Amino acid sequence: MSAQADKRYVMAIDLRRCVGCQTCTAACKNSNATPPGVQWRRVLDIETGEFPDVQRTFMPVACMHCANPPCMHVCPTTATKQRLDGLVTIDYDICIGCANCVMACPYDARSIQHMAKYAYGTPMKSEEARFEPERLGVATKCTFCQDRIDLAAKTGQTPGVDPEVTPACVNSCISGAMHFGDIKDKASNVSKLLAMTEHFRMHEELGTDPSVYYILDGEEA
Amino acid sequence: MSETKILDRVVPRQQQEWDIKGALNFILGGAGSGLLVASPFAAMLRADPRPYVALGLVLVAGGLFAVWLKIGRPWRAFHVVRRPSTSWMTREALIAPFLFIAGALGVFTGTPLFILLAGLLGALYAYAQGRILKANIGISAWRRWSCVALIVVTAIVEGVGIVAFSAPFWPSLAPLGFLLAALIVARYIAWTNYIGDLRRTGAPKGTLQAFDVFAPRFLILGHAAAAVFALIGAVGNYPAALALGGAFAAVGGALFKYTLVCRAAFTQGFSLPRTPARGRSKPGPGLQPGWEPPQAN
Repeated sequence: MSAQADKRYVMAIDLRRCVGCQTCTAACKNSNATPPGVQWRRVLDIETGEFPDVQRTFMPVACMHCANPPCMHVCPTTATKQRLDGLVTIDYDICIGCANCVMACPYDARSIQHMAKYAYGTPMKSEEARFEPERLGVATKCTFCQDRIDLAAKTGQTPGVDPEVTPACVNSCISGAMHFGDIKDKASNVSKLLAMTEHFRMHEELGTDPSVYYILDGEEA
Repeated sequence: MSETKILDRVVPRQQQEWDIKGALNFILGGAGSGLLVASPFAAMLRADPRPYVALGLVLVAGGLFAVWLKIGRPWRAFHVVRRPSTSWMTREALIAPFLFIAGALGVFTGTPLFILLAGLLGALYAYAQGRILKANIGISAWRRWSCVALIVVTAIVEGVGIVAFSAPFWPSLAPLGFLLAALIVARYIAWTNYIGDLRRTGAPKGTLQAFDVFAPRFLILGHAAAAVFALIGAVGNYPAALALGGAFAAVGGALFKYTLVCRAAFTQGFSLPRTPARGRSKPGPGLQPGWEPPQAN
């Protein structure tokens, strides 16, 4: 655990590069077997301007793994916790599904599914195989692919560099818009990228200290 | 700001997780805790406070039962007490047993000390409910001190209103009309402060629209009419008028909390400080779709 304390995993997303293909959304669903209607990651499609001067911006959003997570502070059960490396986690065995965290999250990142739901009504074999009953009636959200990060501690690989230990959405990004790494390591990919770009974090004014940076301008990776 | 296409929850949306069952925790719990606060005042006017304390406990229990029905895993509900350090929901759950013990002792022994203690715990319970809402910073309509003040004042108005409703059975309660009218004025001040706070700092359009629809009825029936009937009841010693004033005040409070939880609670949505330059395009202005910008002073 002490090794975790030396790290803070963050995501850097270059909005200039995101093309809104939703491959990250699909990769997340495939990797985490989220049911229909539940998207731990999704890409917002924002259209602005007046014809002919119009613009589209695509913005991938999910749990921001805040350093000061309001969801954790309000959670009455201690199901929502924060790891030393910054990952905000949910213990499905403790969560009571009170939805207090859903209200506390300003990023609309959490979902509670009260009943099993399948793409075509009745479960397909793949859905049956990956159904997790412990996820019913409790809050769920993006985990930053926690199991992959944990694997890195065993294999010595680097999250954000080695695909086996990098979140599925980042691996899948076709345009190289999404980056992942340890911001406490000044030599990491994300530290370098953020040092040479102009970026912002969503709703920073609410004091959540989110771990997702959106790049607007500056040098390309 | 340019027109923005509404897609994928970019704009704030009405929260769906806390429905009427979630709202009932605030409606019944608030009225019940307010009734516990009001009971010592009833005793001061020579009414027996025990039925009010008993009803207060039933209302608080009803609110907790409603929310128990709402949660995803009700048989694990006891986990709710595990985070007293930061969670106001835990604190509310921890106040409840003390409130029930003090209230039950007050009902069965009639000891003024327990009635008073139950009243103090009732005030604390109402405050905890306000803080539960305030801690939920994802909902702009809730995350403000003005909301906490309004929740607490509303609870007390409801409690005194319910006591006033029983005036036909306890004619000695007539002077309570003055207290009820004063509390209705306090709630009006808290309400205008709250709405002003929303407009001053900016809020989702849906939140303001929900309150715009609700406000006229709340102000005319829940405040003006309630205060007039309360004063008529107090000055002219008309228990029926006092009861009517109490009913209007209490029902107005309940409808306010229903609106606050089920109608006006919109999520934060998303915003951009400016749009990025993509390819050969230039950066565009920032945007926060679905929001009413802060009002200039």
